[in-house]
Amino acid sequence: MSIKIENLTYVYNPGSPFETKALDNVNVEIEAGEFIGLIGHTGSGKSTLTQHLNGLIKPTSGKIIINDTDITNQSVKLRDIRKKVGLVFQYPEHQLFEETIYKDIAFGPLNLGLSESEVEERVKDAMEFVKLPFDELKDRSPFELSGGQRRRVAIAGVFAMRPEVLILDEPTAGLDPRTRDELLEEIKSLHSRYKNTVILVSHSMEDIAKLVDRIIVMHKGKVALLGQPREVFKEVETLESIGLGVPQISYLIRDLKQKGIELREDIFTVEEAKAEILKWIRGNKNA
Amino acid sequence: MSKMVEVKDIQFEYKNNTEENNEEQSTLAINDVTVTVEPGEFVVVIGHNGSGKSTLAKHMNALLLPTKGDVLVKGLNTKDEENIWEIRQNAGMVFQNPDNQLVATIVEEDVAFGPENLGVEPKEIHRRVEEALNIVDMLEYRGKAPHLLSGGQKQRIAIAGVIAMRPNCIIFDEPTAMLDPSGRKEVINTIKKLNKEENITIVHITHFMEEAVDADRVIVMEQGEIVLQGKPKEVFSKVESLKKLGLDVPQMTDLANELIKEGINLPQDILTVDEMVMKLCQLK
Repeated sequence: MSIKIENLTYVYNPGSPFETKALDNVNVEIEAGEFIGLIGHTGSGKSTLTQHLNGLIKPTSGKIIINDTDITNQSVKLRDIRKKVGLVFQYPEHQLFEETIYKDIAFGPLNLGLSESEVEERVKDAMEFVKLPFDELKDRSPFELSGGQRRRVAIAGVFAMRPEVLILDEPTAGLDPRTRDELLEEIKSLHSRYKNTVILVSHSMEDIAKLVDRIIVMHKGKVALLGQPREVFKEVETLESIGLGVPQISYLIRDLKQKGIELREDIFTVEEAKAEILKWIRGNKNA
Repeated sequence: MSKMVEVKDIQFEYKNNTEENNEEQSTLAINDVTVTVEPGEFVVVIGHNGSGKSTLAKHMNALLLPTKGDVLVKGLNTKDEENIWEIRQNAGMVFQNPDNQLVATIVEEDVAFGPENLGVEPKEIHRRVEEALNIVDMLEYRGKAPHLLSGGQKQRIAIAGVIAMRPNCIIFDEPTAMLDPSGRKEVINTIKKLNKEENITIVHITHFMEEAVDADRVIVMEQGEIVLQGKPKEVFSKVESLKKLGLDVPQMTDLANELIKEGINLPQDILTVDEMVMKLCQLK
């Protein structure tokens, strides 16, 4: 599903002393099947932006066109938008409410009016994606699980809706490194199977660098930078000036270049850095 | 000088009743842990979710009592109920979610909450609040409402609330997990400052390995036990065993390790970008 955001502006508490422009004339186009990373510090407007995309917030002005439908139009049913655009909030495990894991994940699909057998198939499938064993866990209470597993149940509930656009707001916050890597891997495999559009909000530049096609950097309600990771992470100074960082590797490459070592600039993973540094060292010895 | 915290061979058992068959299951969250924290030390505890690190931390200010063994805070046993107030005043705690820790509608009232409960004189409270807000660099926000602050700022207010109790030791339970990079930096810098300038003993629990780089000691927990401990350089140079535990190492240590495997002559204990740049330049 393609998303086109045109001149989007949103003002919180208009006309009061707390009036704040959360989004200021945002223009972004996202193609169907793209994997987008959305970064920006707290208060930069990224959550406000994601909440617009499934109609939780109506813009003060501007348009959001999802597959040729302007969802800001009064006649559009929000139900229809939410079938297509799934939003996983921060700490989604706080939203679990059912007696069993099966019922919790099935809640969305049931409300879509799917048949029992279809619902079951979706629950099974969603649990498989997040690596929760179906037979063992389906009748257990979600509240007996560990934090990482509860988060998986919550995310499976959104997966089971088969959204064409999946938005995840810091899905790995508070998770340990292994659980974090597993969860990101699961999101990635879902994306490669269904070719859905994914928007990942994250504070971890390292995670973003590994996963996404393009990055949107928000600052003070505006899009500050937009492009592929290798383009965006080159802008070390800009990113730092707006309170963000770049992956550690980008700092290394920048500092080495300042010492006069010739390296490619568009590097941000350990593997790439290893290859490039080896090339440099071995080149040196041959020279 | 006496030890700040002494954990002596403790176990902690969770009991969970399963409704269906009524059998009692117990889980050992802490299994035979002995550890000592010296006054003025900066200790970082890492380990994945469920490894027992938070449970251990909660023993250090008597929020939890060991099922077996003893915990002494400044020589006071946490099992003795009479000691609890003194222990909590000596060892303060800051939690993960800033929104769950603030109680008042104005920043300075929130910071004053602790000392008020200790029965401190109003004049003295005033002085302490000002001092505490100054240390966390939030004095100009004293009259603001906490809910309008950023996550990092809220967390610094929570820290000020603990400082105003004049503790010798502060235990931080993943205080940066919910913050963005700049909020994280604010909080980490505040923690380091408390340790260096105010000489407060720090026990800091985190998932971010970069935050452990400047610690005096790193403790790695797994399944309720301490599996590794030592200076950051000693601990992080064990790249393979940390990865096996499902933990990260700082990216620079990871890169150094990869380059060493390729036969490049680098020390195994590189932690920071600066060290890496220096060592690589020496190869020139």
